[in-house]
Amino acid sequence: MTGNDTMKTFLETVLAEADYQPVRLLKILRAVQAQYRHIPATAIDFLSDKLNIPRTQIIAVVEFYSFLHATPQGRYDLLFSDSITDRMQNKESLLAYAAEILKVRVGEVRKDELVSLNNTSCTGMCDQGPAGLVNGYPLPRLDRPKIDTIAALIEQEIPLDDWPAELFQVEETIYKPGLLLTQPFSNGDAIKATFNRGLTETLAEVDLSNLRGRGGAGFKTALKWRTCAIQAATPRYVICNADEGEPGTYKDRMLLNLYADQVFEGMTLCAAIIGSTQGLVYLRAEYLFLYEKLQNVLQNRRDQGLLGTTILGQAGFDFDIEIRMGAGAYICGEASAQIESLEGKPGIPRTKPPNSVICGYLRKPTVVDNVETFFATTHIAIKGGQWFADVGTPQSTGSKLLSISGDCARPGIYEYPFGTRISEILSDCGAEEVMGVQIGGPSGTFISNRELERTLAFEDLSSAGSFMVFNHTRNIFDVVQNFTDFFAHESCGFCAPCRVGTSLLKNQLNKIIDGHGSAVDMEKLSEICMVVKNFSHCGLGETAANPILTTLASYPELYLEQLKRSGFSPGFNLDATLAIARQLTQRDDSGAHLSQQVEN
Amino acid sequence: MSGTLTIDDQTIPFTDGQTIIEAARTAGVYIPHLCHRPGYTPHGSCKLCTVKVNGRTCSACTFPAAEGQKVVNNSEELQEARLRITQMLFVEGNHFCPTCEKSGNCELQAVGYHLNMLDSHFPHFYAHRKVDASHPDILIDHNRCIFCNLCVRASRESDGKDVFGIAGRGIHKRLIINSPTGQLKDSNISVEDSAVQVCPTGAILVKRTGYKTPIGGRIYDQHPISTIACKKRETDSTG
Repeated sequence: MTGNDTMKTFLETVLAEADYQPVRLLKILRAVQAQYRHIPATAIDFLSDKLNIPRTQIIAVVEFYSFLHATPQGRYDLLFSDSITDRMQNKESLLAYAAEILKVRVGEVRKDELVSLNNTSCTGMCDQGPAGLVNGYPLPRLDRPKIDTIAALIEQEIPLDDWPAELFQVEETIYKPGLLLTQPFSNGDAIKATFNRGLTETLAEVDLSNLRGRGGAGFKTALKWRTCAIQAATPRYVICNADEGEPGTYKDRMLLNLYADQVFEGMTLCAAIIGSTQGLVYLRAEYLFLYEKLQNVLQNRRDQGLLGTTILGQAGFDFDIEIRMGAGAYICGEASAQIESLEGKPGIPRTKPPNSVICGYLRKPTVVDNVETFFATTHIAIKGGQWFADVGTPQSTGSKLLSISGDCARPGIYEYPFGTRISEILSDCGAEEVMGVQIGGPSGTFISNRELERTLAFEDLSSAGSFMVFNHTRNIFDVVQNFTDFFAHESCGFCAPCRVGTSLLKNQLNKIIDGHGSAVDMEKLSEICMVVKNFSHCGLGETAANPILTTLASYPELYLEQLKRSGFSPGFNLDATLAIARQLTQRDDSGAHLSQQVEN
Repeated sequence: MSGTLTIDDQTIPFTDGQTIIEAARTAGVYIPHLCHRPGYTPHGSCKLCTVKVNGRTCSACTFPAAEGQKVVNNSEELQEARLRITQMLFVEGNHFCPTCEKSGNCELQAVGYHLNMLDSHFPHFYAHRKVDASHPDILIDHNRCIFCNLCVRASRESDGKDVFGIAGRGIHKRLIINSPTGQLKDSNISVEDSAVQVCPTGAILVKRTGYKTPIGGRIYDQHPISTIACKKRETDSTG
């Protein structure tokens, strides 16, 4: 067979596995990427024909997702997580070391195509960084000896399956289990409780619990479910948002790794309440290592009669769950972008109204909830709403899982009642000499050490789970720059204010950090912040300026110290721009040089 | 069903299903926009039509009109933001009005005039973009594309083709062509297609027509876009 025939046979297999459904385009392209290390143009044409979708859609998808490529990557594709906490753990020097010993530049593929090396957005291993990924699988706790080992394995072309398992060992450290993590649970408990009490009555308990979405937005769960349940359109869908992309967050990783049954059970009782037969889990690409495990959990549940038809003997209650992998795009954590992605398209947030509860997956009523939300509903179904509402604050009931990372003695998972003071959390995790805390990740809030008596709550400091600690040795601008770069990299580019504005913010911030900023540049920075924040299409744009705005509010004096004292300062090196002129005129006297500093 | 809403204290009627921008346009009230065109699915990406509806920020081109809405359109804050967004579009691409054959018929330029834009305000990106002159009758200058998506929609919704798409992410967005080579000449586009006529800037041009109407006699040389946009029902020719 020719190469083209081999490819066609391969693509036919992949298409058959995806049931020739265009909505499974990401699954198909992920398989092609894994096989050919890129998406070849011939494959795009073939898939376009077989799936009956325009090739422009496939190209758009390939270019949108970080883990899909138009050109071949190395047979070993090595990525370094570029979150600020990785950087604080020496990531930059490790990356440089890897580049040196593997003889490949960052962002490039080695000539023999054996290895490619690059940065990637936070991989959700912040408690065990600096972390990497090789062909999609996590490499936590990297250090020089490990890089040496990895480089040797690569040079010897050892298949990934034969690499030492400890290289891939992800640990789940729970330092402080609380309300939910300490609850006993047996498979089926919540479904039985739901049917024993009644569906309407269980929804009333969820309502009473006042549970709000744990993904960050804090929308009331019972209201979402009820709105979905009363829609006339069918089928209705349940989607579990496991696209935990906010840098610093890894609590969903822990839940899926250790408590998957309770998450799937939450989805199942949601399905019973809203009248759904089909659930989807959108699992972020960085959590590929969980895929097989979760498939096994699902299969066990089917074997136990907890998924499939006539669940636990309830006539007419049929429900099953399919796991779909993402392909590297932070924006797909946004519900409507996630739905677009699940439909095989670039993850561009939809225009609202209509909300996805009314018009979601395949334009049908859809509940999209966070992993932790489903986990909580499982226990609310068992214990009742009041049990949950008794904990926390009136506006933020229950508990919250935090993924703590950064400068502290005990990074890991902590569960706190809402309303807990930040100072208490810092003391528990062993944080000392704190300069500031980033609560809720880059899209959240930076607080200085003067604000540590504030509380964890939707009405004060809200977090989807990210909690990063910075001590006095840290440079605040390293943090802001990392976050601002992140948003420019992850902006989907749909709307003008965010597409252009996030890149303008990045450049403008760099100008100030590099010491080329003057007072007027600070004004311009603030001005861009306001346009991006107030005029963007979705939450990414609305929050992209938060790192600048909240650090500026906390430490304005640090920004002022960065500014030049002159009224005007060019953003480029004046003298260097004259180099060609000097060369042409063969001059190098003092008159042929310009001073960078312009006097007022 | 129909009703009334107010825009900047002016009461205007709307019919059921109308968006705010369409209700306004029908009533002769101009809300600046670039990605919107009557007859095509609203897109809501340029954000120039951002208005406040009962205090909430919305895109007028996608937000449904409803009874009693109080819409703020012409406030200083909104006009200032629209100016900045327009300037963002200018610095993102490479727009040189004096040498562009679309000058005078260009909506981006006309919106710039409407907002009293006197400079680009932000540093230019100097993006490296290409020109696709492969087609015998149609030219694409990617330097001038603002990703309004109008050609994508026109090709799909009006021409029944799928000639265009938008790929890439963030500042790396790019207009792509549905053809085996990626070049326009190998697509099934035809010069009569709506997709060729719909471009609000000089990114898609019909060859050999650029100077049929001399500069000075063109659409926005004669009338401001605020007047033209409210009259316009269908697509204008590129002149």
